[in-house]
Amino acid sequence: MIDLLLIAIKYSLVSNVVLSQFLGICPFLGVSKKTESSKGMGGAVIFVIVIASVITHGIYVAFLAASSPLCKALGLTDGLEYLNTIVFILVIAALVQFVEMFLKKNVPSLYESLGVYLPLITTNCAVLGVALNNVSYGYNFAQSLVYGLGISVGFALALLLMAGIRENIIEGNDRIPRSFQGSPIVLVTAALMAIAFFGFGGLI
Amino acid sequence: MSLMTTLVLVAAGLVGATGLILGVFLGVASEKFKVEVDETEAKIRAALPGNNCGACGFPGCDGCAKAMALGEAPVTQCPVGGSPVAEKIAQILGTGEVSMDQEKKVAHVHCQGSCSKTKQIASYTGIADCNDLAVVPGGTEKSCPYSCCGYGSCVKVCAFDAIHVVDGVAIVDKEKCTACGACIKACPKALISFVPYKKKHIVSCKNLLKGKAVKDSCSIGCIACGICEKNCPFDAIHVLNDLAVMNEKCTDCGICAQKCPTSAITGKRVKKVEAKEAPVQEKKEEAKEAPVSAG
Repeated sequence: MIDLLLIAIKYSLVSNVVLSQFLGICPFLGVSKKTESSKGMGGAVIFVIVIASVITHGIYVAFLAASSPLCKALGLTDGLEYLNTIVFILVIAALVQFVEMFLKKNVPSLYESLGVYLPLITTNCAVLGVALNNVSYGYNFAQSLVYGLGISVGFALALLLMAGIRENIIEGNDRIPRSFQGSPIVLVTAALMAIAFFGFGGLI
Repeated sequence: MSLMTTLVLVAAGLVGATGLILGVFLGVASEKFKVEVDETEAKIRAALPGNNCGACGFPGCDGCAKAMALGEAPVTQCPVGGSPVAEKIAQILGTGEVSMDQEKKVAHVHCQGSCSKTKQIASYTGIADCNDLAVVPGGTEKSCPYSCCGYGSCVKVCAFDAIHVVDGVAIVDKEKCTACGACIKACPKALISFVPYKKKHIVSCKNLLKGKAVKDSCSIGCIACGICEKNCPFDAIHVLNDLAVMNEKCTDCGICAQKCPTSAITGKRVKKVEAKEAPVQEKKEEAKEAPVSAG
């Protein structure tokens, strides 16, 4: 039990996916203009990562690992791990499509504000990163679930913090020198946030 | 069956099966989460001009059609289509009569500094575009730093063939102009703005220099003499920052245009002048143009 808690804290704060592992930077910069849409993006990413984490873990255990029933039945001693990436990407892409349909039907305003970044969750490296890390860290089902949850909550947290900062301080601020307006000041802010999150280092 | 063949078959089968299962899942989901496309929206979209110019403030005609269908935007939202389009959309929505309360507007270039009115003080050989010329020190080839560059950035962005460069100055074709505002954004000198379609008398100069400097650089610029301000019966024109500026009190009576010694206020010849003033005015113009052609 305690190891699950440690995984959750470690990957949501100490090794934050955006600010420490530098995965998923694209939506982090792209959808952090408004807190409203960043909440939606955070929610969508949490959903996709947690479900993808669980499903890919299941597929890995059942079909791809050397110890899986499929490989044992066929006598494949090396397993089918080389299919990890392609199968995981398939699952992630399908999940993102599903989230897109769901939002279009039920929360059209959020669907509009997320725009192109919603289908881009497919290529959000944090999602594939979680699925592949589950395998390489040798996590079991519960650990995969908590790992996915920790990573995605960490992503949503970083996104929300950034959106809050941008909405209140950065967007439309005339005192920012012109050459720093737009992406540059956001990247500088992201760097400062990363340094701040470095402070969680001693926690675990 | 060799191990190699088994591996290939298993890999293909596994990925294929995953794809198939997910495909079926998505197919079912897309049926379940089907979004009906609003029929009115499609009809409104068909009625709009479809230039995607963005003058309505929405991202393209699709966005505008959607807002109109939802009632978030008035049927008169499209400035390009004007009242004919608004009426069509009102029919589709069944809202009945439309009143185009907003007056028809057109773009106007606030500069008359053509090649004969100004002097050429420099020669530019770079990329033939105003926005490139504007960043070169000096910013223009003409003697007036505020003048139209004449390289036609506005012409390039106009989707309606309504603006052309004639004798070094851009001129808007009032009949073709749809007030989409593309040229206003393109002009690096901020010379273009909307004016009411019916308005004849407009200060067509943006020069903020003092009188003598204007006279040296352009024969048809505003010299900030203040004669228009003194003669206006409606308190509708004032000299601010050495440039005459009209306000909303203007009744388009044309007195300022008659009195303007440099003809910086356009519309002088369009309006019929009183018999007494007419010959004086002609003489003035002749006198003005003579030295230019001589020099």
